[in-house]
Amino acid sequence: MNSEVIASNAKRPRKLSTEEIAEIEHELTLYPDKRAVGLEALKIVQKHQGWVSDESLLAISKYLDISPSDLEGVATFFNLVYRQPVGRNVMLFCNSVSCWIMGCEGIKQHIKDKLEIEFGETSADGDFTLIPVPCLGDCDRAPVMMVGSDLHRNLTPEKINKIILDYRNK
Amino acid sequence: MAKIVIDGKTYEVNPANNLLQECLSQGLDLPYFCWHPCMGSVGACRQCAVKQFRNAEDTKGALVMACMTPANDGAIISIEDPQAQKFRAQVIESLMISHPHDCPVCEEGGECHLQDMTQMSGHNYRRYDKKKVTHNNQYLGPFINHEMNRCITCYRCVRFYDDYAGGTDLSAQASHHHVYFGRHEEGVLESEFSGNLVEVCPTGVFTDKVFSEHYSRKWDLQTAPSVCVGCAVGCNTTPGERYGSLRRIVNRYNSEVNGYFLCDRGRFGFEFVNSDERIREAQHVVNGSSSPLTDAQVKSVFAELKSAQAIGIGSPRASNEANYALRCLVGEENFYAGMSAAEFDCVQLHIQLARDPAFHIPSVREIEQADAVLILGEDVTNVAPRIALALRQSVRNKAKELAAACKIPQWQDAAVRELAQRQNSPLCVLSPYATRLDDIASDCVIDSYAVLTNVAYAIASAIAPAAPEAKPARERAELVQRVAAQLLSARRPLIIAGSSGGAVMLRAAANIAKALQGSRHSPVDLCILAQEVNSVGLGMLAGSGQNLSAALARIARGAESRAIVLENDLFLRAEHGAVAAAIDKLEQLVVVDHIATATTQRADYLVPSTAFSEHEATYINYEGRAQLSYQVNRCHSQAQPAWRWLHTQSDMHVANLVDRCAAEAAGFAGLQAVLPDTSQFIAGMKIPRQSHRYSGRTAMKANLNVHEPKQAVDTESPMAFSMEGIPSQKNASILGAAWAPQWNSNQSISKFQAEVNGELKQGSVGALLLQKQAASGGFFSHDLLARPASNDGLQLAIAYQIFGSDELSARSPAIRERMTAPYISLSPADARSRGLAQGDEVAIADTKFTATVCIRSRMQDGTAALYCGANEIDQFSLPTQVELSKTGFNSARGMRGLIVSDLHEEGY
Repeated sequence: MNSEVIASNAKRPRKLSTEEIAEIEHELTLYPDKRAVGLEALKIVQKHQGWVSDESLLAISKYLDISPSDLEGVATFFNLVYRQPVGRNVMLFCNSVSCWIMGCEGIKQHIKDKLEIEFGETSADGDFTLIPVPCLGDCDRAPVMMVGSDLHRNLTPEKINKIILDYRNK
Repeated sequence: MAKIVIDGKTYEVNPANNLLQECLSQGLDLPYFCWHPCMGSVGACRQCAVKQFRNAEDTKGALVMACMTPANDGAIISIEDPQAQKFRAQVIESLMISHPHDCPVCEEGGECHLQDMTQMSGHNYRRYDKKKVTHNNQYLGPFINHEMNRCITCYRCVRFYDDYAGGTDLSAQASHHHVYFGRHEEGVLESEFSGNLVEVCPTGVFTDKVFSEHYSRKWDLQTAPSVCVGCAVGCNTTPGERYGSLRRIVNRYNSEVNGYFLCDRGRFGFEFVNSDERIREAQHVVNGSSSPLTDAQVKSVFAELKSAQAIGIGSPRASNEANYALRCLVGEENFYAGMSAAEFDCVQLHIQLARDPAFHIPSVREIEQADAVLILGEDVTNVAPRIALALRQSVRNKAKELAAACKIPQWQDAAVRELAQRQNSPLCVLSPYATRLDDIASDCVIDSYAVLTNVAYAIASAIAPAAPEAKPARERAELVQRVAAQLLSARRPLIIAGSSGGAVMLRAAANIAKALQGSRHSPVDLCILAQEVNSVGLGMLAGSGQNLSAALARIARGAESRAIVLENDLFLRAEHGAVAAAIDKLEQLVVVDHIATATTQRADYLVPSTAFSEHEATYINYEGRAQLSYQVNRCHSQAQPAWRWLHTQSDMHVANLVDRCAAEAAGFAGLQAVLPDTSQFIAGMKIPRQSHRYSGRTAMKANLNVHEPKQAVDTESPMAFSMEGIPSQKNASILGAAWAPQWNSNQSISKFQAEVNGELKQGSVGALLLQKQAASGGFFSHDLLARPASNDGLQLAIAYQIFGSDELSARSPAIRERMTAPYISLSPADARSRGLAQGDEVAIADTKFTATVCIRSRMQDGTAALYCGANEIDQFSLPTQVELSKTGFNSARGMRGLIVSDLHEEGY
């Protein structure tokens, strides 16, 4: 059971949507212990909200009776649970060894020049967030990156230009 | 016993333990971080690597983590093996990669386990010259400072805070080199045991904020073994003083009482000693104007009182010596316990039950052994916090049982927890409001004391049909049977009760224990909580019926016109009006106290006494365990120990007084056993209170005079106000600050223990005074609390707060930051029917007292729990059933800082 210090400036949990609750409830049927659903619930909320705000975290914590601290521990352990707002499209850019051999640094520089962002940043128009990942398991077609749930292979500066244009127009 | 070989030498060890623990038990030096004697092993830090050889022929061996390897018979290991040494040096170098090396400005410096282990591991020069990872620090409340950059990620903090103490608001966050230990957002650390982080953390991530306000290095503190005066548990502490003010309190190991841990009231509540409200000079007050008195004048006042008949009112917060000296002065028939009639009844019954061979009052360590617990009407976390921490360990006996069945060693902490998940031994809590132990409780009954006592009697009769019968409400019948069965099938059941539920509840508790005893040969654990540090000692000194009400009645009759009040604020113990009226009747009120109270304000003669750190004294805890607390520092005022004022003999010493009390006062035989055996001191030299590194002594008073004054001579104690003398190294009979060569931190305690977690070598665990007497025989008869005559009005129970309910610690600034205004807890339905919202201010019954409404979802309808603040509400003037009326104010702010698990959310 979570206790709380009464403090007037504390953030309050938001209300989970019916869809979120339905999906979390489904996960609950798959595990013997409520606490086990913490990570899935974070992913569900992120799917619907784009990221996990403090208010969302508190809502899940309350729903699953996991302390906010414990849930924060889970959320921050995983790089791909976003505890800050991200752009409409998240670029997961591989900078691991195969992609590095195949020249990902130049591609990254190109993205950086086009969008004026570093790793971990979101473009000014809010369209893209660039995040490094260690490997996407597609080394034979390096360099690779994911945008949203799409995988893009054999990247070149020209392909990057097209990808950016395509997602902007989506 | 098993035999193992460490670096060519054979040792006898306990095969149930791991190699690290056994190496330390043998007095060997092996560095470690994540292992803790009370928390077992997780193998996280890799610092305790040793070489293990398969057999005598094996010359190559393999590196193993000592903390994760059982001390099996025939094991051959090497600590000194060059490869093991090199490995340990490399491990610490990598742990220290991002450590800021800020020892000169770090408050842990000089008592830092990380410093000690770095030295021991041979990592003397840093090679890493790249960018270090840095973190933001959090505000964690008034007790704890946070400096995350110093972290070496040993995980001890969360293992203590979450796993051991049941906290929920500190966690390990992020991963790899970003790992962060903190709250999910800034804010007060909620656990009542947060202060232990200061000692659990091997470096300076969590440091003592109160100490920080007037910091001094460990070696510059004057220390002595002391006993906490915050509650009746009597935890052992080491207070430290410098420049005339008390600076901090740290834990002092006592294997039977507090072990390695203190609560935050005990650790941070000492600052009343430094308070501006201290009474510093003797005064004679006539018509509101006071004139100072000399020592001789004070003595003559008492001499006069000795010949004239006077009433003496003792105190549960005064030492045995002070109470006994007062009793000698006024005579036994005129000596009254300064406790309310109800409280005194409980203490007398407490003593009677402790002497009954059917029962055993368990020590804190024994409480940890219980495998089924029933708490009767007591808010343990707020009344005797250290016992609540012990109960958190007792419910883990289920996990230990499961582990034993799977042949998992008990020290394999992560494995044992993983196996048990959230399966606990049964713990049933009967309480008028939801308590902080409910998260580990298998059953909770939240209701009025009238209902709770009925349930308790019903449990007794369910266990033994011979016990007086009681019929619980139908919906509770199943619970009664379940709890009875749990207690009956337990290997070591434990019943906890105290004075909160009154003598009726204590009798019910005794009946349950007696019912259980019927089927066993050994006495049953019955833990009775008292309210204050020396409640039991005072209860033993005062005669039957000699409570405060009797004293006030005698004064009101005009039978006596003079009274001496010893270290006691009577307004906390009886109805304000009755106390004021009695005082008005008196011709002469002499008050001996160290701090200003409502009672001292009414004194005709005000006599300053010393606070706990300024005198040597004995106290008796809830078990009847007498413990000696040494003087730490001198009091630079006219104040003297209360017994010295009260005793007419001028050449009296504490030791003589203890001897005399043991000889004369009934029940105190054996008290002298707590006095140190002075024959063991080398060449009669005293034990220094200052460390051999104590610095700046010649300069301390240079602002007054460049000539260093002579050190004060302590003629009474075996300790000296000096760094000269023979420190009790490896002999814990008088253990102030634990220190051993190479071990500057509190981890050095293993050097003083007979074995890890064992008793201190030549140390004292105190003396149990309450000797068993003839069995009392049968059950107590079933005297139910009267049910309320009508249903209008809420049945009132008193709520306790760890920060606020204790008079003295409530004067400490840090504790004050955690205190809340008086509040009254109601159920949502009762609030709704009265039109009350969360935070509304209400007047209670038709009194002038007000409290803030706190709506709690688990309160029983028709009941209310009132927290009176620091005597802001006179609880003795209230009826047992109250109605509330809205004052129109909302004072939700006054509740800020209140920690409850069942706050009703609606509209708040």
